[in-house]
Amino acid sequence: MHTKTIAQLAAGLKAAEFSSVELTEHYINRIEKFDSSLNSFVTVTADEALVQAKKADQLIAKGEGNVLTGIPFAQKDIFCTDGVKTTCGSKMLDNFIAPYNATVIESFNNAGSVMLGKTNMDEFAMGSSNETSFYGAVSNPWDHDYVPGGSSGGSAASVAARLAPASTGTDTGGSIRQPAALCNLTGLKPSYGRVSRYGMIAFASSLDQAGTFTQTAEDAALMLGVMAGLDTKDSTSIDEPVPDYAASLNADMKGLKVGLPKEYFADGLDADVAKRIDDAINEYKKLGAEFVEISLPNTHLSVPAYYIVAPAECSSNLSRFDGVRFGHRCEDPKDLEDLYKRSRGEGFGDEVKRRILVGAYALSSGYYDAYYLKAQKIRRLIANDFTEAFKKVDVIMSPTTPTPAFKIGEKNDDPISMYYSDIYTIAVNLAGLPGMSVPCGFINNLPVGLQIIAPYFAEAKLLNVAHQYQQVTGWHLEIPEQYK
Amino acid sequence: MNSMQWEVVIGLEIHAQLATKSKIFSGSSTAFGAEPNTQANEVDLGLPGVLPVMNKEALNMAIKFGTAIDAEIGKRSVFDRKNYFYPDLPKGYQTTQLELPIVGFGEVEIELENGTTKTIGVTRAHLEEDAGKSLHEDFSGETGIDLNRAGTPLIEIVSEPDMRSPEEAVAYMRKIHSIVTYIGICDGNMQEGSFRCDANVSMRPKGQEEFGTRAELKNINSFRFVERAINVEIERQIDILESGGKVVQETRLYDSNKNETRSMRSKEDAMDYRYFPDPDLLPIVVTDEEIEAIRKTLPELPDAKKSRFMEDYNLNAEDAGILTTSLELADFFETVAKESGDSKLASNWVSGELTGRLNKEGLSIKSSPVTAKQYAGLLARIKDNTISGKIAKEVFDAMWSEGGGDADSIIESKGLKQISDTGALEAMVDKVLADNPNQVEQFKAGKEKLMGFFVGQIMKETQGKANPGQLSQLLKKKLSE
Repeated sequence: MHTKTIAQLAAGLKAAEFSSVELTEHYINRIEKFDSSLNSFVTVTADEALVQAKKADQLIAKGEGNVLTGIPFAQKDIFCTDGVKTTCGSKMLDNFIAPYNATVIESFNNAGSVMLGKTNMDEFAMGSSNETSFYGAVSNPWDHDYVPGGSSGGSAASVAARLAPASTGTDTGGSIRQPAALCNLTGLKPSYGRVSRYGMIAFASSLDQAGTFTQTAEDAALMLGVMAGLDTKDSTSIDEPVPDYAASLNADMKGLKVGLPKEYFADGLDADVAKRIDDAINEYKKLGAEFVEISLPNTHLSVPAYYIVAPAECSSNLSRFDGVRFGHRCEDPKDLEDLYKRSRGEGFGDEVKRRILVGAYALSSGYYDAYYLKAQKIRRLIANDFTEAFKKVDVIMSPTTPTPAFKIGEKNDDPISMYYSDIYTIAVNLAGLPGMSVPCGFINNLPVGLQIIAPYFAEAKLLNVAHQYQQVTGWHLEIPEQYK
Repeated sequence: MNSMQWEVVIGLEIHAQLATKSKIFSGSSTAFGAEPNTQANEVDLGLPGVLPVMNKEALNMAIKFGTAIDAEIGKRSVFDRKNYFYPDLPKGYQTTQLELPIVGFGEVEIELENGTTKTIGVTRAHLEEDAGKSLHEDFSGETGIDLNRAGTPLIEIVSEPDMRSPEEAVAYMRKIHSIVTYIGICDGNMQEGSFRCDANVSMRPKGQEEFGTRAELKNINSFRFVERAINVEIERQIDILESGGKVVQETRLYDSNKNETRSMRSKEDAMDYRYFPDPDLLPIVVTDEEIEAIRKTLPELPDAKKSRFMEDYNLNAEDAGILTTSLELADFFETVAKESGDSKLASNWVSGELTGRLNKEGLSIKSSPVTAKQYAGLLARIKDNTISGKIAKEVFDAMWSEGGGDADSIIESKGLKQISDTGALEAMVDKVLADNPNQVEQFKAGKEKLMGFFVGQIMKETQGKANPGQLSQLLKKKLSE
């Protein structure tokens, strides 16, 4: 059962080949069997899942529900879940039980889906390796010595090991696409504003976007259809019609214009990764796509600009974790300042503190213009680069990451090198565009991802392009030997 | 040095709480006085993951204020985050507007004591959210937090440093108070903190153009305190300057019990608020059509009403000014003037007897036990000579203590009707003159002061009900016979 996609599971449920309860039990058993070594879940909600599964079975029996009814999912522990602990990977929220559901969680609940549990992640989504989690590093199912990527490392590892058929993630600078690439999954980051951020614990508000980890582009289409849409609780969600993403998956690739940004194939790109990307390009050519070299001239500014904007926003967003109303509070504070200093000092990990410091500095009086304001200007330049490019091409393709997965602990003492592992994904967030990573091969049994970027709200095109590739290749169906 | 003439320069920052039903970024109620934290939902509590959604009503009220002072309206205004830690500030930042406020430059006119007017510039007015409250009582060694007020919409109205005396500052504050209550965007209740101000005060030698160093006096919540706080601050600064010292730029708190200001924090300790545009809220874009539609909803404003009162009711500027300070008072007056048919009498009695009584009892016109119609009924009886002004005060007392009531029935039941019957009065005059031959003699000999004695005797006899005009005429006639 666990090698099936959402589409296949939905068909099986509808045909009564198995029940949602059986399916849910199967995944819960796999989590129990495998997750002690992977560490992809922070919380497993087995009891609640079975209650949801029973309800789903009743719906299905009555012929009600939709394609996601009765399908189990793993949810990133960044989405608030009413009555279930939401940690955001931090000691700060180790005791936090939200009294409300994130809109994304509500969407899955309304669809009659099942939540298996909450997945491990870099603390407050700050990291590219899942090593900053208070709950410990997550292993890459393809090789346990390697990182699964981050920040949505638990969501990626859980699906790669088929402990869940699919999961949600969030992507601020690559936190869905990078782990998808490193774990051989299809990862989708929708356009900024496509999916509600309400109830999703904020890291960098202007960049954060919820998305999906799936085995196939088709599954991503099914999930996005449920997650996308205007939410009146989120002023930045956009009132754009939600198309039937599955309906346009089969459009052919003849005449598709694909841009290859020369800056994404320059120094720093692993030669073997480049080779796999080349192979993917050749597959697309066979399908009739046309490739042109394009330039995104401000690419080199994206990492520096990102590491001003994201920390600046996080320094403010994380102010509410002050030990006063919820979350970690230090023992016996002697006064208000002591309460603040020790609660925050004890509750946050090093990477979070590093970014709060950088962000507070960038916003401080006398530096604001030189850092934050300039970074925002660069952001507009980067967005303009893409706008210009999309006048010439339908989609843009590049490697998702410059290298395959690195070893756990390898980049611990080198944050800058860690930051540059997101060099190909960050600009997409700065511009607010939709992006995907699809599996396109392996290097020494470690997966490689192809990134596809589309214009604003062209998720249907993105999914179509990914789906067509998955009709002629089998990389996305590969499963690590021990999890088959 | 001592002969130096000092001039004070004052600017005010007024915080007016907007009279919306719900908060600026959440659906929680803004009603005053609920149990702590019962009007705070997950957004007001600043729980992880929550997001703000702007209350359109608060925006429209801010625009309405802008149109009332004929200010530039920001076609594109932006919410910013002002970052600082405080337990009653749940998110660790206040959402406010820094660079691009909703209301730009405007002007208001104030009346000075010498009868002239002065224009005071309003630099800007911006939307922001209020913080909660820390409760230090009732918790030994701990502090309670009440977040009911957190997220209540405010506009902060910032003046130019255009005022040159505490009186001007009060006049300006009163004018803004009139405007926001007239247009219905603020209840103006100063006890509950719905309308409060900070005052920036500096001194300079008269004739000097450059401003002196200012101190900011925080959170003053009455007109009286504004005047007193500025006065003591002027004295303090002059003392420093005249003894050769320098005024320090700082924030000071006015203590109304001790009538002094004391330092809260100096410029050196000033916090860096790390302002930046709030990424959770989109820029507010307002069209000319929207602004004009709001402008059309403006009621008659205090200045216009004052002019109309002077014209329609033949009032002088001072009386018209007093009667138009609040909309309720103006409406009350207008009803009384129309119903009683005597606007001069209405003006005197509304700004005199009624206002005096309300002030004495600490009531607002809204809670007056005597309605405008009832009050007009009373004045109508003065006008038609049924009762004298003196008796009217007695009737008013009765109406007040009965919580309203009809003047006519009180006059009737208490037998207070004025004696205007010439025959009856004449008989009384004859009797008094006959009973006091000595005084009549003296009066005729030129001691005219004794007129008061005769009036007094008759008023005593009639318990004040004699028509004073008729009485004095009769007396004069009889005494000259």
